[in-house]
Amino acid sequence: MSTASHAAAPPARPVMEPVPVQIRSVVKETHDTFTLTVAPPPGDPVSAFEPGQFSMLYVFGVGELPISISGDPAVRESLTYTVRSVGQVTYQLVTRRPGDYIGIRGPFGTSWPLKEARGKSVLIVAGGIGLAPLRPAIYSILRHRGDYNRLVILYGSRSPRDLLYRKEFAAWGLLPDTQALCTVDYGGVSWRGYVGVVTTLFRHVRMQPQETVAMICGPEIMMRYAARELEARGLPPAQIYLSMERNMKCGAGFCGHCQLGPYFVCKHGPVFAYPEIKPYLDLYEL
Amino acid sequence: MAPAEIRNALASHPFLEGLPEKYLDLLSKLAFEVSFGQDEIIFREGDPSSLFYLILSGKVALEIASPGRHVIIQTLEAGDELGWSSLLENTSKQFRARCLEPVRALAFDGARVVALCEQDHEFGYHIMRRALGLVAERLRATRIQVLDVYSPKGVRAQ
Ligand SMILES: Cc1cc2nc3c(=O)[nH]c(=O)nc-3n(C[C@H](O)[C@H](O)[C@H](O)COP(=O)(O)OP(=O)(O)OC[C@H]3O[C@@H](n4cnc5c(N)ncnc54)[C@H](O)[C@@H]3O)c2cc1C
Ligand code: FES
Repeated sequence: MSTASHAAAPPARPVMEPVPVQIRSVVKETHDTFTLTVAPPPGDPVSAFEPGQFSMLYVFGVGELPISISGDPAVRESLTYTVRSVGQVTYQLVTRRPGDYIGIRGPFGTSWPLKEARGKSVLIVAGGIGLAPLRPAIYSILRHRGDYNRLVILYGSRSPRDLLYRKEFAAWGLLPDTQALCTVDYGGVSWRGYVGVVTTLFRHVRMQPQETVAMICGPEIMMRYAARELEARGLPPAQIYLSMERNMKCGAGFCGHCQLGPYFVCKHGPVFAYPEIKPYLDLYEL
Repeated sequence: MAPAEIRNALASHPFLEGLPEKYLDLLSKLAFEVSFGQDEIIFREGDPSSLFYLILSGKVALEIASPGRHVIIQTLEAGDELGWSSLLENTSKQFRARCLEPVRALAFDGARVVALCEQDHEFGYHIMRRALGLVAERLRATRIQVLDVYSPKGVRAQ
C-alpha cells in the first residue's frame, strides 16, 4: 500500500491513554463554532504536532472524538482546537469552561505536505469548518514565507455569519504575494463579497498550475469538485492533497472503524494525495 | 465606447472566446455600452426579459426575494454574463440584479440576437452552445448550493 510521504510519526506515550488537560479559554467564533485552547503538561508529546494532524478529545463521561489542531505549530505551550457544535460530544466540548479538564490523545495522522510544497506556490481551498485544519499550515507557511512562492487561500462558507477567523482572514489578504478570497453560498443584502460555490473563486487565482501544490479541506462533495476542477485547470493530481473525515474510535490504526478502501483514515490520513484517495472519494461511509 | 473598442471588448470577453471574426463583427453592431452605479437595480424579478449583458467591470448580485428580505444567491463580475434568459422566448427575469459596485457592461437586445440565430444557424449554434455551457455551469453550482454541504443538516445528515 502506498501512502503519502508525509506519514505520521508515532506518538511517544501509550496511544490509548488520554492525558488530562485544563481548558484555558473558549472563544466564540460563530453562532455554532468555538475555539478552545488547552494547556498540556509542559514538554508533553501531545503538544508537538504537524499541521493537518488531529487529537482525540475526550469529554469525561460523555465521549471521545477526533478534532484537528487549529493553532500555530510553533507555539508549544498550548494547543488550539476549533469545534463546531453538531451533536452530543461537540456540544459538550464547546460548553466547557476555562478551568475544566478534558482528555487528549495524539497527535494522530498525516500532515499537510509543507516540505513537498517548498519552492512552489500553495493554494489552500477550505470549506466550512475545513479552514480549521488548514490554519496551522497557513501559520507555518507565513512563518517560513521565503520557502514558498505565492500563497492563495480560498474559503467557502454557508453564509457570512458562518465565516471563521474573519479578522485574521482579512489580514492574510493584505500580505505581500498572498491572495485570500472568501465566498458564501447565500448572502444577505448587506454582504459585499462573493456569493457562489468555492470553485467559482478559482478564476481569480494568479498562479502557475504546474508549480502549485493544493491543500483542500471541507465537506467531501466540495473537495471532490474542487480537486476535479483543479485537475482540469492543469494542476498535476499528485500535487493535490485532501483531508478526509471518517467516524473514528481508536484514532490510532487499531480498530478499523475509519476504513476507507485499503486505508485507515486515522493512520494513513487524514491528509491524502489525491491519486491515493480518488477511487474512494464518491463512496459512502463503509 | 468607439465601435473598435466595443469589438475588442467583445473579442476578449470569455463568453465569446473563440467566436469566428465575422460573428464578432455582427455582434459588435448590436452591442451598446451601459453603466450602472452602486446599488442600482439592473432588472427586477418578473421583468419581461429583454437585454442581456456581458460584464466588463464591477460586481453584480443576483438576488431572490424570500419573505421579508432579499437573499444574494450569486455574484457576477467582469468576464461573466448576466441575463441569459433573454436568449429564450417569452421568459421573464428570475432574479433581481443589483450592483454591489459600479458596473460597466455591453448590452444586447436578446430578441435581436435570437432573430440572428434563426437567420444564420451556424451563428445560432455558436451562441447557443455558449449559453448551454453557461447554464450547465450555473446549474452545477446551484446543485451544490442546494445540497447545503456546509450545514450539519445538509448532505451528511441525510
Ligand atoms: C480527522 C478528523 C478531524 C476533525 N476535525 C474537526 C474539527 O477540527 N472541528 C470540528 O468541529 N469537527 C471536526 N471533526 C468532526 C468531528 O469529529 C465530528 O463533528 C464529531 O465526531 C461529531 O460528534 P458529535 O457527537 O458531536 O455528533 P454526533 O452526535 O455524532 O452527530 C450529530 C449530528 O451531526 C452530524 N455530524 C457528525 N459529524 C459531522 C461533521 N463532521 N460535519 C457535519 N455534520 C456532522 C451527524 O450526521 C448528526 O446528524 C473531525 C473529524 C475527523 C475524522
Ligand atoms: S479509528 Fe480505529 S483504525 Fe482508525
